Amino acid sequence: MSESTAHETTVQELVHGCPSVESFGQKVVFVDRDKYVSVVKALVTDGFEVCVDLTGVDYLTHSGRTLPAGITAERFEVVVNLLSLEQRERLRLRVQVPESDPVLPSLFDFHPGTEAHERETFDMFGITFEGHPDMTRILMPEDWDGHPLRKDYSIGAIPVQFKGAHS
Amino acid sequence: MTATQNPKVIAAGTSEGGQELRSRSELSAKELFREVGSVLRMSETDAAALAEMQAEAPEDQTMIINMGPQHPSTHGVLRLMLELQGETVLRCKPIIGYLHTGMEKTGESLTYMQGGTNVTRMDYLSPLNNELVFSMAVEKLLGIDQDIPERAVWMRMLLSELNRMSSHLLFLATNGMDLGAISMMLYGWREREEVLRFFQKVTGLRMNHNFIRPGGVAADLPAGWRDDVLEILENLPSRLEEYDILMTGQPIWRERLQGVGIITAREAIALGATGPILRSTGVPWDLRRDTPYLRYDEVDFDVVVGEHGDAYDRYAIRFNEIRESMKIVYQILDRMPSGDYRIQNKKVTPPPRARIDESMEALIHHFKIFTEGFKVPEGEVYVAIESPRGEIGCYIVSDGSPTPYRMHMRAPSFVNVQALPHMMRGGLVADAVAVISSIDPVLGEVDR
Repeated sequence: MSESTAHETTVQELVHGCPSVESFGQKVVFVDRDKYVSVVKALVTDGFEVCVDLTGVDYLTHSGRTLPAGITAERFEVVVNLLSLEQRERLRLRVQVPESDPVLPSLFDFHPGTEAHERETFDMFGITFEGHPDMTRILMPEDWDGHPLRKDYSIGAIPVQFKGAHS
Repeated sequence: MTATQNPKVIAAGTSEGGQELRSRSELSAKELFREVGSVLRMSETDAAALAEMQAEAPEDQTMIINMGPQHPSTHGVLRLMLELQGETVLRCKPIIGYLHTGMEKTGESLTYMQGGTNVTRMDYLSPLNNELVFSMAVEKLLGIDQDIPERAVWMRMLLSELNRMSSHLLFLATNGMDLGAISMMLYGWREREEVLRFFQKVTGLRMNHNFIRPGGVAADLPAGWRDDVLEILENLPSRLEEYDILMTGQPIWRERLQGVGIITAREAIALGATGPILRSTGVPWDLRRDTPYLRYDEVDFDVVVGEHGDAYDRYAIRFNEIRESMKIVYQILDRMPSGDYRIQNKKVTPPPRARIDESMEALIHHFKIFTEGFKVPEGEVYVAIESPRGEIGCYIVSDGSPTPYRMHMRAPSFVNVQALPHMMRGGLVADAVAVISSIDPVLGEVDR
């Protein structure tokens, strides 16, 4: 991944030492892989008690995305949506996950609701979550090869022979 | 890059176990505890009682059975593996994916114009809510979310509230059917059909409408729509009263639902459950009120909240939400503004049919929009609304092309199904059906 092509945006503030930007009025925090668990844990005490959603994005063919200074663009990103019921606020975490080592610690211990999301992200992108109690495929069959939502996984096609067509 | 070009290499490098419920002898004590206590925030006494229950049942006295995927009460193709000791459910594991059709992958090759046809098929019982959240996300990326004409906004509200009613009426029907109240099944389907008939008149289709589109809605309301809505609203109250007599107060109905499938507020929050499941535990969380979208802050309605977190509360909440939705629809009828039903922004709106006959540019424009689609600026956005089943969210990453780079739907049923093992543990196998029914999962949305 060519980091040089990534644009940089102005960092608005730091959330637990991580740069945060505004994306269409929504707060987005860029978290390092090493700080991921401690930041989520700290955010739970800040009131972000619900983990609404966790998913992945494969940036293989879209490398020039906008990132704040100091964040190295990697092929995969894990996106976590947190919600605070009391403050009625949302917060989105984006974690860069390198292609060479697609591993992230699991959030299962303080957000048990991410169990299915992490399995789905593993199934679709091949990102493994360390400490997850049941790291198996969830939507695809167990013996499936590959991870369908990766950009280098072709959508496939069945050849159709038309009558009288050239080859 | 070498490893990624060959998916087999990656697959070999990851440890993919079986998806099925494993027998207890294969699990270490720690793993078992984690699986059984899928909500880990238990008190110590609870955990001790749980360990006792597990120790009391030696493996030769329990049985693992499959419920589904072809079971009429699993609402589609949900498969549950249950470990039973006699009639008691010790463990349960939902196994999903039987309806997986790769809709998120498909979404990456459809333009923003075509995307609605894809997402509307996810939660097929509330298609209009899926379209709405997708359109709202696209509009936010385009920066036109504040410019949607008033009539379109109120039409969207009208349709999504009627959709909530039709979805909850179907819940009453299936909940009744699962518990043996067959008359309720017939009544529920009948009432829902009346709402769907209205949808057919407005959108052309009973389901999978693709009516709410980025920029507004596809067409204006047909002549006489107000009378049709009023007819639905006037027929419904007396029938709802009838169902109240038929079910709510009936001792058998209460016996089957009260105290079944209990979940506490803390557990529901930890599991990320939303919608009627979260509200049944006493948490008054409704996105329509708490993070208002469309014009929900201008209409008056109550958020129905339960107390016990059992299947009966979830039934009662949905039942009363039909009445709240009717209240909202009456207010929408009073306030429906006139004007455009879609944004007059040439970028996203095709020219009217009449212009195509007289203007070459209009013809080209029309052709371009439908073949190539419109380009959406780079960025990523997450938009969430309250569907009948809970928070439905749409996460879109755009790379500036006419198709989404990544389109992810946060499906409420997908998350809510995780609460099943917790609700069923220690209950009777006969109550399993009542518990599944009370979650009201739509498998099209679970598997996507």
